[in-house]
Amino acid sequence: MPGKDPFTGKLKWYKSEGAVAVYSALISILIGMAVGAVIVIIVGMAKANISTKGIWEGIRLVFLGVFSTGRDSAGNLTFGFNGVNIGNMLFRATPLIMTGLAVAVAFKTGLFNIGAAGQYLMGTMGTLSVGLWLGNSGCPKGIAWLCAFLTGVLLGALWGSIPGIFKAFLNINEVITCIMTNWIAANLVTWWFDAHDVFKNSAEGGKVGYIIPLKNVGVVTPKLLMDKLFAGSQANGGFWIAILIAVAMYIMMTKTTFGYELRACGANRHAAKYAGINDKRNIILSMAIAGALAAAGASLYYLSGNTEFYWSTYQKLPAEGFNGIPVALLAANHPIGVIFSGVFMSMLNISGIQLKYLTAYNEYIADIIIAVIVYLSAFSMLFKTVLSKRIKHDTGNVNAEPVPADDDSPPESLDELVSEVAEAVEIAETVAKKGGEE
Amino acid sequence: MVFLLQQTMLYAVPLMIVALAGVCAERSGVINLALEGTMIFGAFMGVIFIRMFQNGGWQQEQGQLIMLFSLLLCGLCGIAFSMLLAFSAINLKADQTIGGTALNMLAPAIVMFFIYMIVQQNTIGMAEGGAAGWFMIKPQTFGYPKGYSFGPVLDFFINKVYLTSYICILIFILVSIFLYKTKIGMRLRSCGENPQAADSLGINVYKMRYLGVGLSGFLAGVGGFTFALTTANMTSNGDVAGYGFLALAVMIFGNWTPLNIAGGACLFGLFKCIAATYATLDINGDGVYLLNNLGISPYVYRMLPYIITLIVLAFTSKSSRVPKAEGIPYDKGMR
Repeated sequence: MPGKDPFTGKLKWYKSEGAVAVYSALISILIGMAVGAVIVIIVGMAKANISTKGIWEGIRLVFLGVFSTGRDSAGNLTFGFNGVNIGNMLFRATPLIMTGLAVAVAFKTGLFNIGAAGQYLMGTMGTLSVGLWLGNSGCPKGIAWLCAFLTGVLLGALWGSIPGIFKAFLNINEVITCIMTNWIAANLVTWWFDAHDVFKNSAEGGKVGYIIPLKNVGVVTPKLLMDKLFAGSQANGGFWIAILIAVAMYIMMTKTTFGYELRACGANRHAAKYAGINDKRNIILSMAIAGALAAAGASLYYLSGNTEFYWSTYQKLPAEGFNGIPVALLAANHPIGVIFSGVFMSMLNISGIQLKYLTAYNEYIADIIIAVIVYLSAFSMLFKTVLSKRIKHDTGNVNAEPVPADDDSPPESLDELVSEVAEAVEIAETVAKKGGEE
Repeated sequence: MVFLLQQTMLYAVPLMIVALAGVCAERSGVINLALEGTMIFGAFMGVIFIRMFQNGGWQQEQGQLIMLFSLLLCGLCGIAFSMLLAFSAINLKADQTIGGTALNMLAPAIVMFFIYMIVQQNTIGMAEGGAAGWFMIKPQTFGYPKGYSFGPVLDFFINKVYLTSYICILIFILVSIFLYKTKIGMRLRSCGENPQAADSLGINVYKMRYLGVGLSGFLAGVGGFTFALTTANMTSNGDVAGYGFLALAVMIFGNWTPLNIAGGACLFGLFKCIAATYATLDINGDGVYLLNNLGISPYVYRMLPYIITLIVLAFTSKSSRVPKAEGIPYDKGMR
């Protein structure tokens, strides 16, 4: 039987649900980048100051920007291993992975966490304040680092739990509370830094409106080999920490009872409640974890030391918060997938910057590509159906185990919703049975 | 006082009309999270159209006409943009939240890309002059000298206001009547409550949802133009200060009904206005800036609209009435 393991009757790995999800993500990525290339061509032809050579350079940078090594003496683009670019890519991926996780974990519980921006800001405030305070107080740097990180995470968790509480007890749509808490956080953070001059960077000229970077007080994340691998870049150990957290989230969501309960709530809150799962507690905890993750992203970003925070932010929310949404969507809310999609998104960012410095185009082409990819990922169901139709022809083995349903995405259609309800009831009943046995 | 009310109107009108845009889509059964994106796109196209008119030789005396044409064109652009959402949500039955999020990202990206391509900086404005000079209704418009006062009541209506505010209110009323008092409007709403039943009565659910999303795109495009005109001096920088999301909040806040939305938008607009002008706000005209003298941090005023919304929501949540079928793609086979 092609595509199936002859002994177990299960689908082979390259035809499994997960693999199909990866294929459909790859299709989205390819189409997205092709759209980017088409825009480069059209704009290049419409603008008089961009030559055919310029168009070709633009296209190459869209696809290979991260490997760009600038121009040689003859003015031609050169490509190769660029440690600075790749290191910066990983550095920028760190907060994206974390906010992506924040969105993904909430999605699994059936919540759309659009409030990662506010949670990110609260994390920024906690980390910078405690980091600078302890850094100046002569406390050991390691302890200061830990306290700064944990304060940020804690504030983020608290901030994330607000929409959770509103959802759990008052059944208010989390999207609206997230939007409100985003803007409240933006004002709160600005207010805090406005009122505390000690944190403002007044020593360095021309840096009006910024907070003192944490490297000035020596509270920075250790490099953990990153400086050896990618010399000259901003990469640091924060990236490894982000990967560890992502793996921990994967284990939590798939291998623990708690994760099981969260997913049951996401599949059908009422069925989960019926089975004795405390849905209110789980919704609040899920949002608190999401908030903690987003805030951890901010903490890791600012604990890198070099990054500077522009504190008067009451009119602007950090882009990292919203960029977590495409990262999570592209990864189909899979915690491990988030690592890759986060790195991919930051690769596109690097490509955009290369475009800006090396050609007449600008960095926003990367944002267009990301948006197109997200738009196409909404069609992932379509891709998946087309792909799995090709696979599902071989259903000869009646004894074959049924393929477990993919419980990642929110319900796309009624029959998926119905099947998810059934699944949730099943999960819930198992959990209830377990409880009864104990 | 007149100043406060006028400012409130400036803030409330875009919110109101964009919130109604949300209602049109959601009542037909499609969650339109892309309001923010559509507004951004509308605001940008508005600037582009006005630049085109200006470069095409239109003069300041024809300001109101330029504005009207641009407003209409922006609405059409909004429709075109929202069709991307309609296609993915209705035909492909894709997740509407994801589709909306994608458009919210696409709009600023495209807008910023073209702004840089056109003017090589991050903000694009009018080709010449400013919004107030070209489009504001002031005593000079009627041939009176500068600084002329019509008395408190007339001042509120025709002194230093934009025509768009009235057009938007008119559109708001017309669309509300359309939704509630016409046959098509009721059919549209039925598709958001029970599309299966609607279909069984011969209503084309797909068409109705396209209509809802299209109408929503038109209103959001107009709202984006109004925002750019009245609060951003007819400039565009790929941002509408989160107004699209605020409009979504107002929509939920207003329980998906036009009258409540108008009220919610005014409340929100009032607090936004206080936040923006508290330092120079002279409520009863005695020369004392009461709010400024209270010594409360400006950030408290800026937070107020959002905090008030949260509190009001907490107290009114029990009576919330979400369209039942919103967010669920319609599948004929499920009837």
